[in-house]
Amino acid sequence: MSRPLLDIRDLTLGFKGWTGLTEVLHGISLNIQPGERVALVGESGSGKSVTARIVLGMLQSLRSARIGGTVEFDGRNLAQMSRAERQQLRGTRISMIFQDPTSSLNPVYRIGTQFHEVLKREVPGFSYQEAMNRAAEILREVSIVDAERVLNSYPFQLSGGMNQRVMIAMALANEPDLLLADEPGTALDVTVQAQTLDLMRRLVEQHNTAVLFISHNLGVVREFADRVYVIYKGRIVEHGPTTALFDDPRHPYTRALMTAVPRLTGGGVPDIDDDASAFSAPLVDHLAGEGRP
Amino acid sequence: MNDALISIRKVSKTFDAGGHAVKALDNVSLDVERGSCLAIVGESGSGKSTLANIVLGIYPPSSGEVMFDGEPLPARRTKLNRRQIQLVQQNPLSSLNPKRSIGASLRLALDVHGIGERAERKDMVRALLEEVDLPPEFASRAPAALSGGQRQRVAIARALACQSELVVLDEPTSALDVLVQARVLKLLSELRPKRKLTYIFITHDLAVVRNIADRVAVFEKGRIVETGPTRRLFEKPEHPYTRGLIGAVPVITREELALRASLSTEENT
Amino acid sequence: MKRTISILVANPLSLLGVVLVATVVLSALFADFIAPFPEHRGAVVDFANFNKAPEWPYLMGTDLVGRDIFSRILYAYRISLILGVVVLAIAVPVGVTVGLVAGYFGGWTEYVLMRITDIFLSIPPLVLAMSIMGVLEPTLANGMLAVTVMWWPWYTRLVYNITRSEREEGYVLAAEVIGASPLHVIFREILPNCVPAVVTKMTLDLGFVILIASSLSFLGLGVQPPTPDLGSMVADGAKYLPDSWWLTVFPGLAILVAVFGFNLIGDALRDILGADQ
Repeated sequence: MSRPLLDIRDLTLGFKGWTGLTEVLHGISLNIQPGERVALVGESGSGKSVTARIVLGMLQSLRSARIGGTVEFDGRNLAQMSRAERQQLRGTRISMIFQDPTSSLNPVYRIGTQFHEVLKREVPGFSYQEAMNRAAEILREVSIVDAERVLNSYPFQLSGGMNQRVMIAMALANEPDLLLADEPGTALDVTVQAQTLDLMRRLVEQHNTAVLFISHNLGVVREFADRVYVIYKGRIVEHGPTTALFDDPRHPYTRALMTAVPRLTGGGVPDIDDDASAFSAPLVDHLAGEGRP
Repeated sequence: MNDALISIRKVSKTFDAGGHAVKALDNVSLDVERGSCLAIVGESGSGKSTLANIVLGIYPPSSGEVMFDGEPLPARRTKLNRRQIQLVQQNPLSSLNPKRSIGASLRLALDVHGIGERAERKDMVRALLEEVDLPPEFASRAPAALSGGQRQRVAIARALACQSELVVLDEPTSALDVLVQARVLKLLSELRPKRKLTYIFITHDLAVVRNIADRVAVFEKGRIVETGPTRRLFEKPEHPYTRGLIGAVPVITREELALRASLSTEENT
Repeated sequence: MKRTISILVANPLSLLGVVLVATVVLSALFADFIAPFPEHRGAVVDFANFNKAPEWPYLMGTDLVGRDIFSRILYAYRISLILGVVVLAIAVPVGVTVGLVAGYFGGWTEYVLMRITDIFLSIPPLVLAMSIMGVLEPTLANGMLAVTVMWWPWYTRLVYNITRSEREEGYVLAAEVIGASPLHVIFREILPNCVPAVVTKMTLDLGFVILIASSLSFLGLGVQPPTPDLGSMVADGAKYLPDSWWLTVFPGLAILVAVFGFNLIGDALRDILGADQ
């Protein structure tokens, strides 16, 4: 097995506040191979979004954050990098797509200008004209035909779906090795969301980009990811290849989640046991003993 | 359908958006049978929220009328109208006043409509909380001390407090986590027969609709493109837009995948 | 409330504010006991000790007719505080109500009420107060009236803006759908959400009202002699600077202490109450 692109080992996170240390992550281990699509699925407050922020190097410089364990990106420990080095990774080798495309694009700049900024992160000398040509090329990849008009528009002049595509194009503009996607498309209509996911899957396959896909939506995860980690209250409770995990969920928490998802085939509203004590059962790893981490 | 609690008759609504008129609802007619749950589904801009606001009397329709129990609802709602039609909103964070206790928010409905004797109302509030499976002590808490699911239960209790007949549920579970959503949906489906309620359930989540609604009306750009009993609509959708919507729902089981696949092959034939 | 107080005391700057304001309030309350020469608040003449630099028993020196400046400052605080409290007690309810009504109802109500407010806001405050005082007798009561007239529109603006955004909140819709009266929605639902901002502004304003009142009396339009007033004390002494510096410096410092103290507390309250929401 080749070296993982992202290797998180025993990651802990706590925030020091008025009332002492609040622990958010209790030792998370997770890895992503180059070109692999991995989902981290959990409810709000489970710690899935902070994990992404740590990978982006955005929490390391926060004074109240206490981080333990290691996060290695391409063999280098993030904790041992300087702040500037971590920042250099963002937008070039690691990029991110957010939940709400309209609010993550800057409303006062044209799309073209924002593309130029992104491309300059990788190649500081990128000229505006070159950037526009490159941007048009990338936009065509996300099925935007009238790239010229889009580049000359402000985000509010475009639809939510269009903005989401622009976000994806920008995130992939510098050919990153790793894409962090935090609930992409959740703010969009279902049909647009489905198109967005299709598009993302096609692109990351073409470019061999690895993805850490963060979501609360099991259906979306099933359709997008190769491998799934289920996170509950700062702990990974179940992990395995997507089909194995969905066909045979073994951890009580995963089972409860799957039962709770309303089915398109009907069957009524399920009964959910209020007892959460079983959810603290130990990790179920579908790949344990198969020679993979 | 003779026993319609609410009938919407040829309702249109036009908004003035900076000089030019935007048609949010275009000649919509619907009946909701007493004691049933009608789901209104559609994407953003489909007009489903406009319809909810017209039913609630937040603004009047541009044309057409809404009949409640056989009587047309006046543009200016009476207190009785208000009591009969209640609302549960999407965002439980904003639907409860952060500066008032849970008990005060619940009591408002009792005070406004003079339900029960003054002295009894405190106990009625506690009973309402118990009815939505919350401890009665919550009456003295502030909304900030409650989780999203608990707040949504309070919002449901508030709708019950009015002893209303029709509840408009505006995306009541879309801000909630999936486990919490399941419990809230369960509560809603139990309360309907118990309290003899009629629901108008507005949502974009088709999987939820499949499991809670009796009938479905699919909205697109201010028009109803398809309506029918839930099961029929999901298994044999007639309109391509409905098929597209159902086909876009992310699913988790093989049966659901099979259902979606059958829809897309039908489309090809 | 307990939490607010404990945070106020924990931060060094806001603690300083608490100490300064406490000093001002206590000196005003207990002026009769603290002042070495309580009778000097009135028309007393003591030519034997006039215009003296600070020396025992005159801690801050004496004025041109021989009155103890320290004693007069204590009594001046009393008047300033009464003025501040009375002004706010009238301006705040008026301003807040107008703001709530305009913000909640919108339409013509809003248009008329807010244009009236704008008219008041467009006149420089001191000019407005001066013209009122110029027409009316320059008495303490009229001084309060003048300051009140120029003060309420600021509360209207503040509360109007909050109401406009609170109006869109789900809880307002919920109350309306239940059938609650506009009176209930305005005063029981929206008003409690304006309280933090209003309380913060009131604390800041107590300092500013004192400052404005002093400015008016500095111009000879406020409190009239022999009643002690910080503004007129500074004004009277200014002619004898720099030789008789104590005539202006101590009353000036007294104004500074009060205004600064109320501002520090106001700033701290803004942070604390703002974070509460």
